[in-house]
Amino acid sequence: MIEAQQLTKRYGDKLAVDELGFTVRPGVVTGFLGPNGSGKSTTMRMVMGLDAPNAGDVTVNGQHYHDLAWPLREVGALLEARAIHPGRSARAHLRMLAEANRIPLRRVEEVLELVGLASVARQRAGKFSLGMSQRLGIAAALLGDPGVLLFDEPVNGLDPDGIRWVRNLLKGLAAEGRTVFVSSHLMSEMALTADEVVIIGRGRLIAQVPVAELLAQSSQRYVRVRSPELDKLRAALDEHGALTAPDEHGALTAPEDGALNVRGMDEVAIGDLAASIPVTLHELAPQSASLEEAFMELTEESVEYRGALQGSPQGADR
Amino acid sequence: MSVTTIDNAATTVAPAPVGRFGMVDLIRSEWTKLRTVRSTMWTLGVTIIVGIGISALATAETAAHWSARSAPIDPTQLSLVGTFFCQLVIGVLGVLVMSGEYGTGTIRATFAAAPRRPLVLFAKVVVFGAIVLVISEVVAFISFLLGQALLTSPAPHASFSTPGALTAVAGTGLYLCVIGLFALALATLIRHTAGAISTFVFLLFFVPLIEEGLPAFMQNAINRYMPLTIGNRIVHATNGGAPFTFSPWVGLGILCAYTLALSLVGGCLLARRDA
Repeated sequence: MIEAQQLTKRYGDKLAVDELGFTVRPGVVTGFLGPNGSGKSTTMRMVMGLDAPNAGDVTVNGQHYHDLAWPLREVGALLEARAIHPGRSARAHLRMLAEANRIPLRRVEEVLELVGLASVARQRAGKFSLGMSQRLGIAAALLGDPGVLLFDEPVNGLDPDGIRWVRNLLKGLAAEGRTVFVSSHLMSEMALTADEVVIIGRGRLIAQVPVAELLAQSSQRYVRVRSPELDKLRAALDEHGALTAPDEHGALTAPEDGALNVRGMDEVAIGDLAASIPVTLHELAPQSASLEEAFMELTEESVEYRGALQGSPQGADR
Repeated sequence: MSVTTIDNAATTVAPAPVGRFGMVDLIRSEWTKLRTVRSTMWTLGVTIIVGIGISALATAETAAHWSARSAPIDPTQLSLVGTFFCQLVIGVLGVLVMSGEYGTGTIRATFAAAPRRPLVLFAKVVVFGAIVLVISEVVAFISFLLGQALLTSPAPHASFSTPGALTAVAGTGLYLCVIGLFALALATLIRHTAGAISTFVFLLFFVPLIEEGLPAFMQNAINRYMPLTIGNRIVHATNGGAPFTFSPWVGLGILCAYTLALSLVGGCLLARRDA
């Protein structure tokens, strides 16, 4: 269980995290979503006691990180994959962490095996690819068999096999009753992994919702209607309060070939209304917005550097 | 690599011991860190070779060209001359013990495992201090014994029974150790390798040069507090008539005080700063 209340962090003039509050429960994968630079990494560093908040509070299992008796046995984290001395072997890196929390050294071999690095355990970490570094970081997170796990952009640099492996790993860890908190700037990735998402933008909480609910709640749920008597139908829909006017969202514009996208009224109500007029319908198709679209809509207001950052490297937000 | 292996693996982490992580755990961890970076081990090897090698060269050279008209020498000091270069290497190593973790980002893994940060600094001081003390004393004693063996008649030579010689040899090892810890403390404050090494070199070697431009009465007051002056006094068996220096043990005490003060400030900042 991770609990944050009114968490605030500034770097100079810049407010990186702004009165952020959320709860990460055990037993499910909780996604931590936000555009690059929205404060995800900063928040995770505050959970880990690495950065001190300017205001507010965050606890792990009811305790401040600083007060944990054996931190690696309670919390495991992958914060930055490359945060390893390039001259040290994977095994030595894990060994020095294990010793600091009196974790048996055979556990080092186990996690190396688990992440698939056993064969390169003696190689210097500086020679590792980004994917291998990522796996080593995951091994370090699992070292103390902790009940709470944090992963900052864990699939960065992994190949499709690796991505699938991380996805299953996260779900498996949650299924064992652990608290799993994983950040990403990709809604599509979270759609496949997370049960619940904490969405932030510009350091502020936008929403904490189950993924399924996010989809259902999305204002982008609409019904596509086609009719030879579209004008008649549109007038009736307007009268009943449904939104038929095209708006700035791509999904709702383009009533091409006599089709209309209708929000605020479901397919049953539209069908009944059409029958009561009566108007002939050629198509009545409920459309579900993708999670990515829902995410874009939620964070629209808070994307900080819209346009300016297009095409910039991702995942390096601090 | 299926997820099910986690279940099996989970059973092998023994339940958490009573109490909480402490110095013993962190000393083990720091020792592993120190010995598992090859460059560190090489640098320590270079320290030994450079220290003993330069001392041996200097004494052999002096013995080969000794004549009755040669200027008087302190054979103890001459046999320890290589340690002058060791202090630079040891200082750089002391910096790297701390700044290396910041430079690579390992410090965040370290502090995640040990959030009581001053303890981490303390463990580093214990481990690095112990290693450097052993190596420095080995270099000092071997340099002295080898140097005195090479200083054959008619050149003067010293032995452990020469007044001040044993203090000079043992003191040289202690001096190098404290210099290393001084550099480690500096790096705790500065955190960047280049910045910390520059500051170390500046304080050790350049401040004395700047000080030479001062009027004599000020020099006489300040010079004895310079680490280099303290070190130069320690390697000599006798005062050599230099009036404005502290005795070896007082000098070491002053150097320890500098290091302790820097370490305390460093420890406080370590706890307060974001990692």
